[in-house]
Amino acid sequence: MAQDAARPLNIAIMALGGQGGGVMADWTVRAGELAGFRAQLTSVQGVAQRTGATIYYVELFPETAIAAKGKEPVLALMPVPGDVDVVVASELMEAGRAIMRGFVTPERTILIGSTHRVYAIAEKIAMSDGRADGGAVAESAQARAKRWIGFDMDQTAREGGSVISAAMFGALAGSGALPIPREVFEQVIRESGFAIEPNLRTFALAYNRARDGHPSSAAAAPAEPAALPVPPAVTPLVARIAAELPFIAREFATEGLRRTIDYQDLAYGALYLDRLRAVAEWDAAAGGSGKRHELVREAARHLALWMTFEDTNRVAELKTRGSRFERFRSEINAAPDQIVAVTEFMHPRLEEVADSLPPALGQWVSRQRWLGRFFAKGRQVRTSSLRGYAMLRLLAAGARWRRSTIRYARENAAIEAWLERVRACAASDYAAAVELLRCQKLVRGYSDTHARGSANFARIMAAYDARQGKTGLAPLLRRLRDAALADEKGAKLTEMLEEAA
Amino acid sequence: MAERSFAKEVEKLRIGSGEEFAGEGILAVTKALLQSGISYVGGYQGSPISHLLDVLADAQEIMGELGIRFEASASEASAAAMLAASVNYPLRGAVAWKSVVGTNVASDALSNVASGGVTGGAMIIVGEDYGEGSSIMQERTHAFAMKSQIWLLDPRPNLPSIVNMVEKGFELSEASNTPVMLELRVRSCHLYGRFEAKDNVRPAFGLKDAMEHPHRDTDRIVLPPANFLHEREKIAQRWPAAVKFIRENRLNEFLGGHTGDCGIIVQGGMYNNLIRALELVGLANSFGETEIPIYVLNVTYPLIDSEVVGFCADKKAVFLIEEGQPEFIEHSLNTILRRADLQTRLVGKETLPLAGEYTGKVISDGLARFLREHAPAFAAKANLPDQNIGANQIPLADVVPARPSGFCTGCPERPIFTAMKLVEKEIGEFHVSGDIGCHIFSILPPFNLGNTTMGYGLGMAGASAFQADASQRTVSVMGDGGFWHNGLTSGVGHAVFNRNDGVTILVDNGYSAATGGQDILSSRATNRTRTTKHPMENAIRGVGGEWVRTVRSYDLDAMTRTLTEAMTTDFKGPKIIIAESECMLNKQRRVKPLFNKAVKAGERVVKERFGVDADTCSGDHSCIRLSGCPTLTLKDNPDPLRDDPIVQVLDDCVGCGHCGETAHAAVLCPSFYRADMVFNPSRWDRLRQRLRDSVIGFFQARAARRRAQFAF
Repeated sequence: MAQDAARPLNIAIMALGGQGGGVMADWTVRAGELAGFRAQLTSVQGVAQRTGATIYYVELFPETAIAAKGKEPVLALMPVPGDVDVVVASELMEAGRAIMRGFVTPERTILIGSTHRVYAIAEKIAMSDGRADGGAVAESAQARAKRWIGFDMDQTAREGGSVISAAMFGALAGSGALPIPREVFEQVIRESGFAIEPNLRTFALAYNRARDGHPSSAAAAPAEPAALPVPPAVTPLVARIAAELPFIAREFATEGLRRTIDYQDLAYGALYLDRLRAVAEWDAAAGGSGKRHELVREAARHLALWMTFEDTNRVAELKTRGSRFERFRSEINAAPDQIVAVTEFMHPRLEEVADSLPPALGQWVSRQRWLGRFFAKGRQVRTSSLRGYAMLRLLAAGARWRRSTIRYARENAAIEAWLERVRACAASDYAAAVELLRCQKLVRGYSDTHARGSANFARIMAAYDARQGKTGLAPLLRRLRDAALADEKGAKLTEMLEEAA
Repeated sequence: MAERSFAKEVEKLRIGSGEEFAGEGILAVTKALLQSGISYVGGYQGSPISHLLDVLADAQEIMGELGIRFEASASEASAAAMLAASVNYPLRGAVAWKSVVGTNVASDALSNVASGGVTGGAMIIVGEDYGEGSSIMQERTHAFAMKSQIWLLDPRPNLPSIVNMVEKGFELSEASNTPVMLELRVRSCHLYGRFEAKDNVRPAFGLKDAMEHPHRDTDRIVLPPANFLHEREKIAQRWPAAVKFIRENRLNEFLGGHTGDCGIIVQGGMYNNLIRALELVGLANSFGETEIPIYVLNVTYPLIDSEVVGFCADKKAVFLIEEGQPEFIEHSLNTILRRADLQTRLVGKETLPLAGEYTGKVISDGLARFLREHAPAFAAKANLPDQNIGANQIPLADVVPARPSGFCTGCPERPIFTAMKLVEKEIGEFHVSGDIGCHIFSILPPFNLGNTTMGYGLGMAGASAFQADASQRTVSVMGDGGFWHNGLTSGVGHAVFNRNDGVTILVDNGYSAATGGQDILSSRATNRTRTTKHPMENAIRGVGGEWVRTVRSYDLDAMTRTLTEAMTTDFKGPKIIIAESECMLNKQRRVKPLFNKAVKAGERVVKERFGVDADTCSGDHSCIRLSGCPTLTLKDNPDPLRDDPIVQVLDDCVGCGHCGETAHAAVLCPSFYRADMVFNPSRWDRLRQRLRDSVIGFFQARAARRRAQFAF
């Protein structure tokens, strides 16, 4: 039997639990009904609603065709690959999921997707960067859809003061994928009787963006902070960067200098540059120009990070800055004149306290176990109160004596040992020296995180020391570093070390 | 109060004859029950049938007008036992639950009611939680229908067919003195569509009549010798009566063409997707018109031999679409064909997959194979897809991440598992016996805690074997929903009686949260039609539980200490920790409107939310691994020297404080801060703020000036 001309318009809505996919689907049904379609909606609810991915599926069939035939159409309950006219996805990876499941075909499917990301738990729990490749989805969408309309609907919703379902609805309308006039979509929003104005505003923004075929809403790139003029006190140090370091390392070195001075003082910045100059010499001796001076570049970065290790003084200083007060107000979307109190969740342990004292005193303190009970619990410090601010400010002022603390002595020795390894290695195995520098990445954070990272770093350095002069060190170091970031318990690292032994 | 209110929608249930009803499948079924003149209805919630119970709860007033009693059953067993009302009296009644799990729980009562048989129509509505979105073992309710001899209805998935099958189902039940099951698949429950309504019917003989004029028939009671009689009655009378009714009322349908040497037999619920598959290859139109003969089994048990033989007699090959396994229908059809000595080739699971959901794609592929191999005449007319399609690699399969279900933002169950992880670090790993409920998400990342789950309320019983003299105790988890469903007896009572020595964490969030936030005995909420506020602790002590501690679940420190104590105490016997805090989903639904109202009314209110300082976040993501709150997510590292993304807290943070507590307890990092945002500040607030601004501002400005000397 020949296919009748009348056939349904099939719309799959891919959403995450809590994003209002159900509202969007109900609206689509209503818009269809107002525009003269018989609408059927199915969905799979249940546990998927608890943060999982879920599909709402709408079929619209013209009432005129039903009347002409005098018979009810048979509508499908789930999307079939090759039979979907429109896919609306609330997030980039959900657009990807639609492609993965075959719902997007070049002959037929208009794919409308928000390009923002809601990270999945597997991406978030990685100890370094576990984020999926959004570019691959965008590319695939371009290639596989009849038309790909992608822009950041989350941002659009925020601009409109509403939620993403309203932006998705606007994008569906603006795409022109359905033979339903704009007024009908807007009527549906009005009928719903809830947050009408913000929803209509968001709808309009999304409508225009979808209609104009924004490739992706170029989120206004944050304006580069205008470079401040270099104060006279710093000029000689800044001049050293250009004089002593290869071009490719200068950007990191400038940032590193900025940070080391901010962290301590001019002399500390000079020490940073002295160390970098030494690295530049090893680099030159090892023929670094043929290797894009990777050694200097990586040293500029990792040395600065290590030299500005975060001790209690530093944390207190960062927490009390005026710029930080401005930042948290904007992060929480506080109104300009709103009163906001801020409370820090800190947990300095006896170790950290002892670390910030001179060696003799610090060692004595760390032996006083009875003191430990004062530090067994975390502290909540209200930085926005006079007392809390004063306390942190005093702590921050302690940075002046930082060079005499146990922590400084320990970190400084570790830095020098690390640089010494790099020096010894650079001449014979340039690539391995670069990897040694990159291992600094493991030493970060505070307390347990810091202890875990330092221990892993030490294990890798020990493994390196045992194999000095052998071949294949660079890939080995890289593998070990990745292994150290694979799990918290260090199981993968242990396995790799045993394998390498 | 349930997660979703149907207060507005239930008004539609009042409409009468000739009016058009538009709504969800669940509402349509409710309307059909009212049109069928039921006297009682009950059930236990669980996806995909939860909303049916919510609708019924919201429709109590309308049902009251019709003299219908609604019971929010304590379990599926309670619900099934309610059908006893239809045994002696011409009372129609229906019960509903999630299947196959609910049917498992109900099966004792089901066997009894099926054995004795019914006088009034008895209907069991099962939400068949199979395939995409399912959270349970993949089994068929069909097996229960067969073993107890309960007729199984599987109507075509459109509202008129479903409604019609509810009404006919009661008649069938009465005509054959047998309970019937209506199988609704996940998507049919949430299917929005339309049908023409009829008037609601008030039963001629009501519950009151039965109570005031009791009637007894010992032949209906499952006790010797009646139980032997029942079995013979099933075969000799009830089955033939059912076959006669089904045939005469044409409950199964012969659709499509009437000629040709092949045809298709399909479960009613699969019909629409079959038509779409035929349409896509050009063998049907959107109205389901096709030349291929189709025999639709709206009743999948019992099969009607004469109809099957009649359909197959003139065909060489018949394609059977039967979802799920074992393939009971295929077995039966083959037996029928054999007995009739028909040579028709029945093609079922040899072209379709043995296991798994029959999606549109699966049916399309199977159909194409059937046509190619067994129906050349139709295959020639069809526009069959290239056979090589599908050999393609799945695009983006290694890019798109899975999205396992997880705890909601601010969920009070999260701290329980954070505490477990922290305790594990101190005392070593332990065996965790899980239960059914939101807490089972602990099995998934980031917590990865939990070894088994044996069923609703069975978390404690699932650990009962572990009573050896070992250096580590076993932890079991149970929710308040599972506790009242059966855990009080199967878990607590059992453990007390057997002198079990394990540790149990009882999650007290005030609702049957996983199924949609229905009230239970220990709910704190006031419920208009039920009694609540019966603490679990009273029940535990009542059955002899002695070591019981109640902890506010968000108090991570107390949670950790109490769990450590339970794991290490010398006390022998079950140790039960009640972790209480209201389900955040329900709390927000309750609190948010109140908060907004207060802000509007000019009252001084404070909103708490959390944030992460980009300056001090190390990009290690320990906090996410210990909490996994959805609002805790990643963003690009603003530090040009680092490349790992840092953590941020999204705007939908509800300020539960767990991330801060975790940072404290796990000694993570000083990045978390809590912001207390004051709305409608008092005069004192403003005055104090001015003082703070001026003093702190002075020092900040001074520090900034000092930094500026070296900033570039």
